[in-house]
Amino acid sequence: MSDTAPASAAAPAGEARSGLRAVVLSGGLNFEREVSLSSGTQVVEELTRAGLDAEIRDADPDLLPGLAASPADAVFIALHGATGEDGALRAVLEMAGVPYVGSPAAACRLAWDKPAAKSVVRAAGATTPDWVALPHSTFRELGAGAVLDLMVARLRLPLIVKPASGGSALGVQKVSSVEELPAAMVSCFAYGDTVMVERYIEGTELAISVVDLGEGPQALPAVEIVPASGVFDYTARYTPGLTEYHVPARVSDDVAARAAALAVQVHQALGLADLSRTDAIVSPDGAVHFLEVNVSPGLTETSMFPMALEAAGFDLGEVFAQLLGRRAASAH
Amino acid sequence: MPARFLMVTPGRLLLGRVGEATTPLPTLVKVPTTPSGSPAGSGQPGTHLTHGAHPHVVPRHPRLDPLADRYAARTHGMKSSEIRALFSVVSRPEVVSLAGGMPAVTALPLDAVGSMIGELVSGMGAQTLQYGSGQGDPRLRERICDVMALEGITDASPSEVVVTVGSQQGLDLVTRVFCDPGDVILAEGPSYVGALGVFQAAEARVRHVPMDEHGLIPEALEEALVDCRANGDRVKFLYTVPNFHNPAGVTLSEPRREAIVAIAEKHDLLIIEDNPYGLLGFEHEPMRALRARNNQRVVYLGSFSKTFSPGLRVGWVLAPLAVREKLVLATEAQVLCPPSLTQYAVARYLDTQPWREQIKLFTELYRERRDATLESLAALMPAGTAWTRPDGGFYVWLKLPHGLDAKLMQPRAVNAHVAYVPGIGFFADGNGREFMRLSYCYPEPDQIREGVRRLARVIEAELDLHSTFDTVDTGTFRAIARPGAGDAAETIVGPANSDTYEDRR
Repeated sequence: MSDTAPASAAAPAGEARSGLRAVVLSGGLNFEREVSLSSGTQVVEELTRAGLDAEIRDADPDLLPGLAASPADAVFIALHGATGEDGALRAVLEMAGVPYVGSPAAACRLAWDKPAAKSVVRAAGATTPDWVALPHSTFRELGAGAVLDLMVARLRLPLIVKPASGGSALGVQKVSSVEELPAAMVSCFAYGDTVMVERYIEGTELAISVVDLGEGPQALPAVEIVPASGVFDYTARYTPGLTEYHVPARVSDDVAARAAALAVQVHQALGLADLSRTDAIVSPDGAVHFLEVNVSPGLTETSMFPMALEAAGFDLGEVFAQLLGRRAASAH
Repeated sequence: MPARFLMVTPGRLLLGRVGEATTPLPTLVKVPTTPSGSPAGSGQPGTHLTHGAHPHVVPRHPRLDPLADRYAARTHGMKSSEIRALFSVVSRPEVVSLAGGMPAVTALPLDAVGSMIGELVSGMGAQTLQYGSGQGDPRLRERICDVMALEGITDASPSEVVVTVGSQQGLDLVTRVFCDPGDVILAEGPSYVGALGVFQAAEARVRHVPMDEHGLIPEALEEALVDCRANGDRVKFLYTVPNFHNPAGVTLSEPRREAIVAIAEKHDLLIIEDNPYGLLGFEHEPMRALRARNNQRVVYLGSFSKTFSPGLRVGWVLAPLAVREKLVLATEAQVLCPPSLTQYAVARYLDTQPWREQIKLFTELYRERRDATLESLAALMPAGTAWTRPDGGFYVWLKLPHGLDAKLMQPRAVNAHVAYVPGIGFFADGNGREFMRLSYCYPEPDQIREGVRRLARVIEAELDLHSTFDTVDTGTFRAIARPGAGDAAETIVGPANSDTYEDRR
């Protein structure tokens, strides 16, 4: 949890931080490499514009020797997927004494595990669709037919089938009939050994970003997502023009307030720091349901975290630089 | 600009804190400040900005692309895809890539080529750095005729040759010159993915014609042609890669070459013969090109990408004079002229370097890699897997055990650090799910063996998964129905899909 000086006490722009050296981690060896490379490029451009000396690096065998030979004041993690979000790399950075922007390793490990994160968020009092998460071995041992039957009986169609970890909607499918379910399970298990099946909630999709510039976590305007195809999948996310984004979301003030409160609640319940993005859905009765949280939200040109910052009147580079400056300062 | 942050109320841009959800929440808005620190503009902090509408923020178009409604219909297929995303990891050294068809250019005499290109600039810059002829450098066109003679094309005149920016541009030119939207192109199933992209851009429809281990099946070609014409379709040409096919790896047999040329003659069919790999055979001398058998019904595409360098982007089209004239006009409209420097580089390379010996060196290297691939596949692949045995070129075409889908399996392969190209990309009609293309041209033999080992484990894990879910038929469940999966069981190479191509394009 971030508890350093408030934003007003942060170094004035362009002065103390002008000499700061930032390493932006981008790439990684997983499905979200391309998105990460795009995020990383964007962050480097923004940090450079804000007056920092920013360099992009991959999470590869050259990283630790490179950081040892030429230490960074702080690292900005623009890695998505397991490399950036499961906490492992952050644990290594902690061991190496390298300050970084973002949530600590232990919190990431929790958030990365979507079913575990849902448990924590539900225990904290938030609403989240019912779910079950099972490994392949359970289906093999107990018989897939019986387990799937139970799943449908309990959760009811339609269902969302998604990998228990991972982002960018990779492997996520909506299942409307029982006939589709086994095939959906097969393709989802290609992404990982555990699949989460969740009750589908019809409604307005929102992405609520949270940023903490020293005064505690603050929710940014919710982004409302309206994919042309009806499904916010990988293609809809990263092809400009295929999805409409409304910022702020076209919801009542009351719903917007509850969505904002949910995102902050999630951020705090999971022990996240600096920045996060909560995906939620507003059902017709106005309830805001937590779906998942991303500790390393996409920062590409079509991503929702930068969109929300911009809509709130923030300058991306300034915010990234402040986050970095605070981490660098707290290390000294 | 120096900035500070103000809390502004009320508004719809909300700052949330737990426990405050029932009351209107303040808005977090950044207000630019003047050097003295007071907010820009007049008024008091917290009162002059409402609803978070910062005067300097340009509203975004809700679709992030203000031109979204103006694109041509044919560009709607241009989207980000999961497959592309998965491919981004291929560049990492931990991943064995059996995906890309990159020639082994490091086997070239790089120093000699470097000196040669340097001299072309320092000694002949006035020509090599200048615009050139739209049809291409005459000297290079002469040398291209020498190269084509190796495959039996002995009657070609330099005046019939158009130099292009790789044979890819040649294919694009030919397609633009011949095809209107809705026209039908016959092509092998599977077909080179870059050709399918060109055909799609031209809004042509592709009808796939099945192949087997001897290449395109003449009877199937004739049947498809007659069928299309009976339906009133305008069939503009047959597109074929007769040698060491991409992706199938097979070569059109001698009798079939004769049969296909005869069908073209009988049915007044134009053939586009795409031949980038013809000189890269492992077992025998190059086969006689289709163009060597008929100089009026065959337009021939050639390339230096596999025999010299893909980075130079030099290819060519050999076409009857009337067609050549249209191609020259089309290429001038597109690129004015092919790059002078790279044309000179290829011509000088052919003049001064032992290029035939270099091709032998390439084929030896690729043969070794092909052997490593086939040996590993034979040793490691689970039952039910089948593959082609190329005697030249870059590719093996692999058919997965029944029910497996190479595209859906791709994430598991990425996790296992091995990459391939799913077969679906080589069909214009959505078929080919149970196939994949393996390229052996780039990785070293040891890497290939490791890559095949990883791939075998991936397939086994996928089979295990299918054994759990494919047999689900209790309660309300049924086994997974996979339309089309059973259709191709008879052939290693690919389905014909004769009934479905129109609807699925």
